[in-house]
Amino acid sequence: MESVVFIFSLIDCCALIFLSVYFIITLSDLECDYINARSCCSKLNKWVVPEVIGHAVVTVLMLISLHWFIFLLNLPVATWNIYRYIMVPSGNMGVFDPTEIHNRGQLKSHMKEAMIKLGFHLLCFFMYLYSMILALIND
Amino acid sequence: MVNISRGINYSVLPQLPFNLSGTVLCLCPMQSQMQFSAGYGSHLPNYSAPSGHYSQVPHKAAASHLDNQYRASYYPNYYSAPAQNVMTSVGSNVLNAQESQQLYNSTPHTGGSSDRPVQGAISSASYLHMSAQQSYSAFDNHYSTSVSSSVASQGFPLNSDHYAMPMVSGAMYPNVSYPAVAAGGVYGQTFTSQNLPAVGQLKETNAFSSQSTSVPHSLQQHVPVGHNKTLPTVSSAQSVQDKLSRNLTGSVAKYGGYVNNQASSAPAPLSSSSDDEEEDEEDEEAGWFSPCFHPLKLFLPLRQSITLTHQPSKASKPFGYGYPALQPGYQNATPPTPVQPSNPGHHPGVNQLSSSLGGLNLQHSQQPESLRPVNLTHDRNILPVSSVPAPVPNLNSDLRKLNCSPDSFRCTLTNIPQTQALLNKAKLPLGLLLHPFRDLTQLPVITSSTIVRCRSCRTYINPFVSFIDQRRWKCNLCYRVNDVPEEFMYNPLTRSYGEPHKRPEVQNSTVEFIASSDYMLRPPQPAVYLFVLDVSHNAVEAGYLTIVCQSLLENLDKLPGDSRTRIGFITFDSTVQFYNLQEGLSQPQMLIVSDIDDIFLPTPDSLLVNLHESKELIKDLLNALPNMFTNTRETHSALGPALQAAFKLMSPTGGRISVFQTQLPSLGAGLLHSREDPNQRSSTKVVQHLGPATDFYKKLALDCSGQQTAVDLFLLSSQYSDLASLACMSKYSAGCIYYYPSFHRSHNPAQAEKLQKDLKRYLTRKIGFEAVMRIRCTKGLSIHTFHGNFFVRSTDLLSLANVNPDAGFAVQMSIEESLTDTSLVCFQTALLYTSSKGERRIRVHTLCLPVVSSLSDVYAGADVQAVVCLLANMAVDRSVSSSLADARDALVNAVVDSLAAYMSTASNLQQSMLIAPNSLKLFPLYILALLKQKAFRTGTSTRLDDRVYAMCQMKSQPLVHLMKMIHPNLYRIDKLTDESTIHVNDRVVPQPPLQKLTAEKLTREGAFLMDCGSIFYLWIGKNCDNNFIKDVLGYPNYASVPQKMTQLPEVDAPSSERTRSFISWLRDSRPLSPVLQVIKDENPAKTDFFQHLIEDRTEAAFSYYEFLLNIQQQICK
Repeated sequence: MESVVFIFSLIDCCALIFLSVYFIITLSDLECDYINARSCCSKLNKWVVPEVIGHAVVTVLMLISLHWFIFLLNLPVATWNIYRYIMVPSGNMGVFDPTEIHNRGQLKSHMKEAMIKLGFHLLCFFMYLYSMILALIND
Repeated sequence: MVNISRGINYSVLPQLPFNLSGTVLCLCPMQSQMQFSAGYGSHLPNYSAPSGHYSQVPHKAAASHLDNQYRASYYPNYYSAPAQNVMTSVGSNVLNAQESQQLYNSTPHTGGSSDRPVQGAISSASYLHMSAQQSYSAFDNHYSTSVSSSVASQGFPLNSDHYAMPMVSGAMYPNVSYPAVAAGGVYGQTFTSQNLPAVGQLKETNAFSSQSTSVPHSLQQHVPVGHNKTLPTVSSAQSVQDKLSRNLTGSVAKYGGYVNNQASSAPAPLSSSSDDEEEDEEDEEAGWFSPCFHPLKLFLPLRQSITLTHQPSKASKPFGYGYPALQPGYQNATPPTPVQPSNPGHHPGVNQLSSSLGGLNLQHSQQPESLRPVNLTHDRNILPVSSVPAPVPNLNSDLRKLNCSPDSFRCTLTNIPQTQALLNKAKLPLGLLLHPFRDLTQLPVITSSTIVRCRSCRTYINPFVSFIDQRRWKCNLCYRVNDVPEEFMYNPLTRSYGEPHKRPEVQNSTVEFIASSDYMLRPPQPAVYLFVLDVSHNAVEAGYLTIVCQSLLENLDKLPGDSRTRIGFITFDSTVQFYNLQEGLSQPQMLIVSDIDDIFLPTPDSLLVNLHESKELIKDLLNALPNMFTNTRETHSALGPALQAAFKLMSPTGGRISVFQTQLPSLGAGLLHSREDPNQRSSTKVVQHLGPATDFYKKLALDCSGQQTAVDLFLLSSQYSDLASLACMSKYSAGCIYYYPSFHRSHNPAQAEKLQKDLKRYLTRKIGFEAVMRIRCTKGLSIHTFHGNFFVRSTDLLSLANVNPDAGFAVQMSIEESLTDTSLVCFQTALLYTSSKGERRIRVHTLCLPVVSSLSDVYAGADVQAVVCLLANMAVDRSVSSSLADARDALVNAVVDSLAAYMSTASNLQQSMLIAPNSLKLFPLYILALLKQKAFRTGTSTRLDDRVYAMCQMKSQPLVHLMKMIHPNLYRIDKLTDESTIHVNDRVVPQPPLQKLTAEKLTREGAFLMDCGSIFYLWIGKNCDNNFIKDVLGYPNYASVPQKMTQLPEVDAPSSERTRSFISWLRDSRPLSPVLQVIKDENPAKTDFFQHLIEDRTEAAFSYYEFLLNIQQQICK
């Protein structure tokens, strides 16, 4: 059973890693002026909710399967994701707003955030991998 | 004598779409055979004027004939200086944008493209004819004498606290005062003091306002007549100072340029005397940029010794050429020196120097002026007599002359700190305030087949690049070395080869290029105007339709555009009505679409029609429209669907949508709900709902922006209409927002009059379509935040679907890399737009500023108005993204931090006093004014829409207008005298001194005029002199003056004349003509007036003195 949990987490984590990479690539495209703010933001906003869900699922799964350490590790990031999604002002077009993204260094902070998430997901990936192998061996 | 080449004709025709090849032609040698007339630059208008005449005549011979004829008839007396500059085939010309705009419009369109050149020529010519004479007459003789900045004018009568040494400042004034004159008196008044070798007398020239095109000949009389006049009082001296410093950089620069041309275009007997000197300057400039520096010829011994002793490595610094003005011998006495925080009262370097240089005390009083400590709590009279001048960058005189006008381009710090750390220490924001599309009275227009730009950063060539040798130039932004193209080697000004540094691009910091097809993504669009009108019950009740239709009818012929101009109308209530105006119909057809959930265009082809072909139908419609809906019972408003329809209609071409809305949209997409709680209006705590409620309008705006369509919003509402949400449609599509609270045609005549005047300006002003603006700055600086109405498409590219001359922008910058290895930084804005004549143009402004390494120098160069405007923009952002209280705190902290930082640099100051450098002495006052402004005030009842509108204004107004909004000007006008007057055209304009904004200055015996930018309040005291009331207001006594009075009668009495000429002079200095409101004590509008007295205490806010004490307390903490 445990191995199933980790296999799922691993797959989910892979998806999140890909998503982070996609965010970074798109944002740096915007930075280098390859795409315009409008299309960049509409591309990224599409994936904000899947990201939130993907991460929330793993977090909840860890809570259910009583892996406290991993759960606590994931909790702040998941909370941040949800907070960010909820706190979008009513007039904005999503977490990424084309009219704001070039202002007040938002692009940079989005970029930084995506980088940190990428690192975090990589860390999680190896943790899940290790746990999965351990679980498989135990089975 | 001198002939005008056809090059001019072409250059006067920039409005013509496909006439460019003609201008390109000008650059070929064949053209250079021609004799070019005098008149590059300010002279141009004179000469361009005739172009209208002979552009109808295709032959050169005829042209010259006409030219002579013209000259004989127009300037028989003034053509005394044949040396006047050479007009070039480059096609530089001077266009009064605004004027020419009007004239385009007044020219009837015949439709055929072959007719266009002639039309354009005539129209611009006819306009130029007017303004030309003005500048000509004012300038005629100055040119030859103004050649060098070091021509010292004697006896310049100014003596003001800004320039402690009158002699010293006199040295500079001659240069400075021309621009104002030639600039067509953007400010309406100028003053020239010039020691003319030729004439040998001191001359005072009084000039005209830009708007007044009349009385072309009057100035000719003034020139001789006004001589030997000195300014009677300090007040006009002050105003001159104001003018000159405003006009200083940009316009002076131009003159510098012209003068150069003149000097080098040798067929000039008059200029020969100045020739050598000019050459020197020319060399100097060349040497300036070249790697090895040649010591300035003018100031040899001093300069060398000083630079050697202090900072030999930085001999190239432009610093050290003295603060505003010095006589040549002393100019070099201020080299950059390390900070010496001990004595802020004097420039640190000066102390060291004065010991070694003995008698140079002159410098002593010069430099520290902007750093002179001002004790704010003691010194109560800090307001200048006339308006506050923009500080002049501390550059050497050459660069200063070339620099961009502070009206178009201003930086918060005119001395750029070397590192971000230094900037952080100064606690002042670094940013630019731009007014790029401002109406200019003169603008060199350049047509050339290749526009020279840096290969790597794409910077346009500008006066601040350096020529390494004849064939290479070094970009001043990225330092890449570029080749000079072959075409650029030929200098049409001098008709010589191999003088690229004398091309107009390199002589003017504001130029306009006619762009080639490389700068087009599609053929230039025609001017397309769509009017979207609310016709619900509410709208009909308010009666705005009559005014709009009337204004449109009056200005239909003046709408900017060419023969392709298209126009359309949509009205909406709970349904959307379209109007088929296809040519050939006997009357306009109304098509009603009631399916507002899925809006469609009933007949897509015939809704937007050619203005000229369907003019009769359009007129019919405009006449019928106000009465069409008189009995409507429809109270709903389907604004969202109407806008969607408008977007669909406009998307194939792009253009301008003007939306008139009178209530909260209540149907269909984009419907809004009332969010305002009237009980919270005067809350001191939280002000909510400053941001939009829905993203519908933002999305729509971005869609529009993508299709090159701008949406302008006119909100005429008596109730809450959620401007915060509605404004998004204009904010992101580069539109503009007008708001008329409690508009009613008959109950509120002041607003009705304002709408009428605003519409007139709105419909007739210049417009640029499908525009983009890019702001570049020297490597090491980067822009991180933009303010204004536009969409930021990529890191430094602003997408402006429309650009209008009343739009201002602001950007915030940070210093990414240390600027230690450079002594100058430059900023360049390039605005690429399609003119209403379907021509692609690029307007380029370049600003150059020195880099400094000491904190006191940073303070010395602070531009307090720019700082306040930038802070206002930042505070708007903050109050939307965070909260109003945060924004207010941030504003107060900005003052506290910067003054504390300043005081900590000055260790010998008594900490118990509140000291500010002279450059920042108005900072606390302006911040207090901001805190009491509608946008940021708390405690006073403020309607949410009013507040949001004030915020929108802050983001989109250019600096001059914004400053009046923040800190109005108060004048006492019941005792206007003929003393301290200036002459504008042939009118005498009195110049009453500025009063502090406090009730203490108001007396019951007086009458006061408050200039708030968009409105004038005329407050009449209870015991005001009956003669004044009778003469000026036209009523026998105070009691009989009516409550709602918006006009001053024309009474034939000196006091009436003076008052009216003063008010009209104030009006002429701005694009929107403000409404005058007469206020008596019992008038309800009294509160509006008294709210602007910001130095007084209110129930909810500090008085100025309390505010200062509060700041002091916070600093001491």
